[in-house]
Amino acid sequence: MLNWLSQISAITFANLKTLPERRGAALAAAVGIAGVVTVLVGVLSIAEGFQRVLAVSGSPDVAIVLRSGSDTEMNSGLTHDDTRLIADAPGLARNAANLPLASAELFVVINLPKRSTGTDANVPLRGVSPAAFDVRGNLTLLEGRRFEPGKNEVMVGVGAARQFSGLDVGRTVRVGQTEWAVVGVFTAGGGVAESEVWTDAAVLQPAYHRGDTYQAVYAKLISADAFHTFTDALTTNPSLSIKAMRQSDFYAEQSTLLVGFVKGIGITIAGLMAVGALFGALNTMYSSVAARTREIATLRALGFGSSPVVVSVLLESLALALAGGVLGAAGAWLAFDGHTTSTMNWQTFSQVAFAFRVSPALLVEAILWAAMIGVLGGLFPAIRAARIPIAAALRET
Amino acid sequence: MTTDQSPLIHLTGVDKTYRRGSEEIRVLAGLSLTVQRGEFLALMGPSGSGKSTLLNLLGGLDRPTKGAVEIGGERIDALTDRRLAGWRARHVGLVFQFYNLLPVMTAERNVELPLLLTPLSRAERRRHVATALAVVGLRDRTNHYPRQLSGGEQQRVGIARAIVTDPTLLLCDEPTGDLDRKSGDEILSLLQTLNREQGKTIIMVTHDPHASARASRTVHLDKGQLSAAAPA
Ligand SMILES: Nc1ncnc2c1ncn2[C@@H]1O[C@H](COP(=O)(O)OP(=O)(O)O)[C@@H](O)[C@H]1O
Ligand SMILES: [Mg+2]
Repeated sequence: MLNWLSQISAITFANLKTLPERRGAALAAAVGIAGVVTVLVGVLSIAEGFQRVLAVSGSPDVAIVLRSGSDTEMNSGLTHDDTRLIADAPGLARNAANLPLASAELFVVINLPKRSTGTDANVPLRGVSPAAFDVRGNLTLLEGRRFEPGKNEVMVGVGAARQFSGLDVGRTVRVGQTEWAVVGVFTAGGGVAESEVWTDAAVLQPAYHRGDTYQAVYAKLISADAFHTFTDALTTNPSLSIKAMRQSDFYAEQSTLLVGFVKGIGITIAGLMAVGALFGALNTMYSSVAARTREIATLRALGFGSSPVVVSVLLESLALALAGGVLGAAGAWLAFDGHTTSTMNWQTFSQVAFAFRVSPALLVEAILWAAMIGVLGGLFPAIRAARIPIAAALRET
Repeated sequence: MTTDQSPLIHLTGVDKTYRRGSEEIRVLAGLSLTVQRGEFLALMGPSGSGKSTLLNLLGGLDRPTKGAVEIGGERIDALTDRRLAGWRARHVGLVFQFYNLLPVMTAERNVELPLLLTPLSRAERRRHVATALAVVGLRDRTNHYPRQLSGGEQQRVGIARAIVTDPTLLLCDEPTGDLDRKSGDEILSLLQTLNREQGKTIIMVTHDPHASARASRTVHLDKGQLSAAAPA
């Protein structure tokens, strides 16, 4: 066993020492693998970043109530009476004044120019009830103040403020017939609310001729376990036709479509590139073995086994692949991590701001891809190396 | 290996045929050879007559198409590839015409290679390497790379590598074929010393009558057969 390892290390040493002489091909192979890793990490970091925004948006002890049969707030509708019944359901947390923490909300989509391109894109404008701040729990003002109830004032999420022009404290934005004064900028723990603009529901209703209707109720539960008490009470009430979901489940569901799509694209492109990189690695390793045929035959003549030859060729290929993988991962991390952008959330037809997220797990996944390419690219050349007929190879000088 | 009275090498009825497309070339044809322990045998013959082929059979680098190769009482043609590799490592030292040193390794590390197949510790390996390099007179070239050495010096590193495991049998394929007369003579003297003072059995392929004169016996290979007769 010990001398098996020393055989491997001797052959691997000889292989790696000749790398500089073969640096052209070796570099090409490593760069090919680096490219695969960069694309993979880049694209998947979009999915991760988006997923993360939606993941931190949802809390298991907050319930979202929509009209039965609707999947999103967009196509939901609740009457004033509905929202009263929901707020009175058991299981809801209450504030110091013993009022239930339930926020009846409505939701319109407005158009604003993007700072980056100047073109218009959709931004959600959300009308909330006073309880909304306690229901969300993680809203913090970065600048300015909250909107005042009854006034045409908005506060904007930090993501929206960054992506769209005009959303600065002190300015007014004109949407349709209405002017809105921007009075504050808030964060929401990195969640989707940061991509929204908030105002008083009672002001938004008349501005958009919504009468006294809402689209959703956001309700804070006593605990995550109280969800069932809460939903049971609502669904057994014959005068209500609603459906309730945990906020965490709601957002997880919202993200699946886009995340699945982005991941699919990322893996397809990276997969195609991986095939190319695999041929590069194969080519490099075949020529590496060919260049050292006589050396390998000499070592075998001295009594070296064939398995150390196999292992050392695999190790060389793996070393090349990992070098490429680390290079690509580092490049992707530097280029993409934290890069903020926004995209369409297809469930709300509005923009969600998020940051590319190059997570450690993603880097590990990418390096594993590189290692796979390395092992596959080294395997057949390694087998060829082990099968070199000793006597015949020694004749070739 | 068995008692010192028995011959070290015993070949009987050895055939070796190579296939080139549909054509079969019979290089060795019913060849027999006996070599006693301690002999220094020169193997001569025209180019392409099969000298290297024969040497490869003796070194366990290849197998005969027919016949028996018995060395030290063991039928090496019957060993599996794996056992044959182990047998080579223990019993034979190979010396090549073009030295076959690994260019990326120093003389010391080249000579150490066969010892990596033994259970010797690093320190013991160093000692054996130092001894072998001293025997070939290259004590002061330990850390030189092959490209920093002359042809004669490289061949001496090759010989040090061949003797470092202290094998009974040295097989040398035209060891002076690529050297000038002076360096060649030094190599031949070295082989002679190894034969006389360390009792190595040596089989040396050569074209050079000058070289074969140093051997204790010369055989000629022609048309697949061996003869002791002197060439015309
Ligand atoms: N692996 C091989 N495949 C086919 N022919 C071979 C092979 N090895 C040797 N030969 C042929 O066998 C003959 C003897 O070769 P060799 O033993 O190298 O001769 P020598 O060493 O006496 O010059 C030559 O004709 C050579 O071309
Ligand atoms: Mg020859």
